[in-house]
This record gives sequence, structure tokens and C-alpha cells, in this order.
Amino acid sequence: MMLSHVTTMLRRWQLGRRAVVAFPLVWLLLFFLLPFALVLKISLSQGAVAIPPYGPLVEYADQTLSIFLNLGNYLFLLSDSLYVAAYWGSVKTAFMSTVVCLLIGYPMAYAMARAPARWQLLLLLLVMLPSWTSFLIRVYAWMGILSNSGLINNLLMGLGLIETPLRMMNTQFAVVIGIVYAYLPFMVLPLYAHLTRLDNSLLEAASDLGSRKLNTFIKVTLPLSLGGIIAGSMLVFIPAVGEFVIPELLGGPDTLMIGKVLWEEFFLNRDWPIASALAMVMLLLLLIPIVWFHRYQSRELEV
Amino acid sequence: MSLVRRRPHFSTVMLIIGLLFLYLPMAVLVVYSFNSSRLVTVWAGFSTQWYSALFRDQQILSAVWTSLKIAFFAASMAVCLGTVAAFVMTRFGHFRGKTALSSMVTAPLVMPEVITGLSLLLLFVQMAQLTGWPADRGASTIWIAHTTFCSAYVAVVVAARLRELDSSIEEAAMDLGSPPLKTFFFVTLPIIAPALAAGWLLAFTLSLDDLVIASFVSGPGANTLPMVVFSSVRLGVSPKINALATLIILTVSLATFLAWYFMRRSEAKRQQSLKQDAA
Repeated sequence: MMLSHVTTMLRRWQLGRRAVVAFPLVWLLLFFLLPFALVLKISLSQGAVAIPPYGPLVEYADQTLSIFLNLGNYLFLLSDSLYVAAYWGSVKTAFMSTVVCLLIGYPMAYAMARAPARWQLLLLLLVMLPSWTSFLIRVYAWMGILSNSGLINNLLMGLGLIETPLRMMNTQFAVVIGIVYAYLPFMVLPLYAHLTRLDNSLLEAASDLGSRKLNTFIKVTLPLSLGGIIAGSMLVFIPAVGEFVIPELLGGPDTLMIGKVLWEEFFLNRDWPIASALAMVMLLLLLIPIVWFHRYQSRELEV
Repeated sequence: MSLVRRRPHFSTVMLIIGLLFLYLPMAVLVVYSFNSSRLVTVWAGFSTQWYSALFRDQQILSAVWTSLKIAFFAASMAVCLGTVAAFVMTRFGHFRGKTALSSMVTAPLVMPEVITGLSLLLLFVQMAQLTGWPADRGASTIWIAHTTFCSAYVAVVVAARLRELDSSIEEAAMDLGSPPLKTFFFVTLPIIAPALAAGWLLAFTLSLDDLVIASFVSGPGANTLPMVVFSSVRLGVSPKINALATLIILTVSLATFLAWYFMRRSEAKRQQSLKQDAA
């Protein structure tokens, strides 16, 4: 009697446990994983003048089942230098922006971690606050600053330092500035989290043993904050590769980036199969950084 | 206390420069929202005309309302989904599908928006073909898309809190005969409530801010605020957008200040009660 009661309790508990796991798992399978399978499927289909604008993959007619796997979209991407240039442009721009973010963000996070305890929360909020306002509006701010009749040019011409306005808008420079500005908080946050966890006694031990400051920094602080460097860099690099808004608003014809090309293929040319193939290749390109970030992040999530 | 002024540390100088870099462009936006000239870069005198123009713009006002509604429901659903995911990841030990779940929970954090947007649109189109739903894309499809990527952020915030939290309190409750569900609602939830609130606010701002994913999955009916702002700014700078930016910056700053004030006060209280306990 007692035993059967316990087994029903246990069974009910197991059932409840499974239901609790299923809720997020099913949601993510349906709205995160399945969509990627569909991108792969559409990337292998033929473009068509229809709604939606692509042909079927499987067809049954005259007692024959035909499966069409059209690799043409991928071959087209390789044959057209526009796409190759756009991928290269994206990776190059994202890499430069990540390096600049790291060079500015690391000292910032370091100073925050060393600040008196009562200042730290305020500094953290100050760094994060811009990212809570509006991404679009923060990029827009630079349009008024960098344009030919913008703030910087007006200032320099007013001081008589230059005669004709410097061309800064619609250049690679503007795009990098925009990405650094928009993503800097995401670099500082993980760096700060790692640097505050740093055990001060290790630094004291190093200095007691006669290590110079720079030496201690390179041999102790830097390796111990490596996790933060990786997380911060991936949080900047991966979204920056696919960035659309910044190259659209601040970039020009010479700053080709893949996110913008994908957007145009989809919304202007209505070529869904090519847009899907572009997305698949981008995903392949980002696979290593994403897996790297994921392994680091899931370690943080589970431990 | 030494009276000799120390040379400021290199990193302190960089922190100040970095903060100036973050705040000067926003200050410029605010200043020029009070400019009477249509030209955003030439100062022509103080005026609040762009604010009244903003409040007469029906398109912007209705987009604000649409965005707020979507953000409210997306953040609420994301908190449910993200909290359950975080709880399962940190408290359930090993179970089937754990690797799949952990990969999918954090992946949206770094997924380029154009890929997420495109993939979800293709899903909605296929679903409409197979099941007839969603017949029209709009607020409901944006809600699903936002819930999915926001829940990743909630999961990270809540999981961080759950890891800090000593699970022995929950175990004690269960040892005393409290069923797991009751333990979760009456023991775990009250302790992690601040993390839930932080996750909700983060999800709310992320949803309000999203342009790319919403553009892909939206239909003709639903225009969110970023979509309206984007179609305006790609034509060039406009003082009305500066006025809108000022209001957004003001709201976020005020909310952040209040959060900081209350966090400081509760911290001070905690310190005081610790002192009293010790005495």
C-alpha cells in the first residue's frame, strides 16, 4: 500500500519533470532549430515567380517521385565576385571592429574592476545604459557627426584647420566607428565580470616575488581574463559579420557587407533561394566562432 | 593619506575617454533636438517645435503603442521560457536532450539577426502553407520571434542567479515534504525574483529595439517603432527623430537611476542588518 503510493508519486514526479524539460525544448526546436532546416531546404530550391517565390523540392507526377536538389544557388555565389567580396568585407570589418573594441574595452573594464567597490555598480550601469536606449538611434547619431556638413567637419572648418570637408560618411571608417560604438558595452561586460573575479592575492604574490607590473599583467592578469576576452570578442565579432543597419546607414558603395547583400536579395530582388544560400554560407563561416562561444558559455551556464 | 597627487593610471584615463566616447554622441542628439532649424548640424536658436511635431505624428505614435504591446508580451513569455530553461539547466542534473537544450538556449545570443529573421520568416510561410496559420504575419509573428531570442538573455541572467543560490535551501524544503512544484514557487521563485525582474527589463528593451528580425517576420499590418524610425533616417537626418531619441534616453536614464538608487538602498540595509546581527 505504502510502496504503491511512493511509486505513483515517483511516476508523477518523473512525468512532471519531463513536462518541465519539454516546454523550453519544444519551443526552441520549433522556433529555433526547425527554421534553420527550412533555410537549408529553400537554399536548395529553384527561384520561381510564385508566392512564396521558390519551387518545390519534391514532386510526384506520372508515377515518379522526383527530388530536386538545386546546387545552382551555391555555385552562383562562388561565381559572382560580388558575394565573395561581401563575405570578405564583412569578416575584415568585423575583425577590425573587434580589435578596436578590445583595445578600448579592456582598459575600461580593468579600471572598473579596480575602482572602489561603491563606484563599481554605478560605472557598470553607465557603460551599459547606452545599450538599453536604442541601437538605431545611436547609429543615427553618427550620421549627424560624420557627414560632410556634420559636426566634426563644421568644427574643423570653423577652426580653419581644413578647407574642404573630410569625407568620413559612407566609408569603411564610419562603419567601424559605428560597430565599435554600438557593441562596446558587450565587450566591456564579460571582461569586467572576469576581472572582478580575479584573486588579488595572486597579483600580490607576483609583486612580492619581484615581478614587475607589466610582467605581472602579461603573465597573470591577461591569461586569467582570457575567458572574458573570448566571450567579449565573440559577442562583437559574430553579430558584426551579419550587421545590416550600420553598413546601410553609415557605409557606402565601397563597404560591401554580407548582411546588407542578404537583405537586398530578400527584400529588393525577392530572391529567397539566393538569400537562403547566403545565410547558410554565413552560418558555415561563423560555425567555429559560434561553437567556441557556445562551449565557453555552456560551461558558465552549467557549472 | 599622501598629499602627493599620483599620476592617474592609464586604465582610468581610458575609462574616462571610453565613457566620453559613449556619451558625447548621445549628448549631441539631445542638444540638437532643441534646435529651431531643420538642419540638424547648424544651431539656429532654442525651440521645442520638434517635440510638438513628434506628438502630432500619428504614424510614430501608433508605432510606439504597437512596439510597447509586443515588447510587454514578448518579455513576459521570455521570462517564463527562459526561467524554466535556466532552472532545468542548473537543477536537473543530466537528462535526455540537455546538450540540445543548452546549445539552443545560448545560440540566439550571437546569431546574426538577418539569419534569425530569414529563418523564422521561412518557418511562418511554411506553417501557413501546411496549417493555414499564421494567415497574416504581424504582431503575433513578431511576438514569437522576439520571445525566442529574448528568452536566451533571460536564461543567462536567471542561470547566473541560480548558480549563486545555495540549493540546500530548496533541498531542505523538499526533505521536509514540500513537493517540487511548491518548492519552486514558494522557495526558489521569491529568492530569484530580482533576477527575473532584470531579465524581464532586458527582454523588454531588446524587443523594443529590434529592427531586423521584426522587418523579416512582420506583415503589412504591423509597423514597430524601429521600422518607422528606420524608414525615416535612411532618407537623412531629421530633428523629429532627435526629439524621439531625447525622450528615449531620458526614460532609460531615469529607470536606470531608480534601479541604482534602490539597489544601493537595499545593499545599505543589508549591511546594517549584518552589523546589528553581529552586535
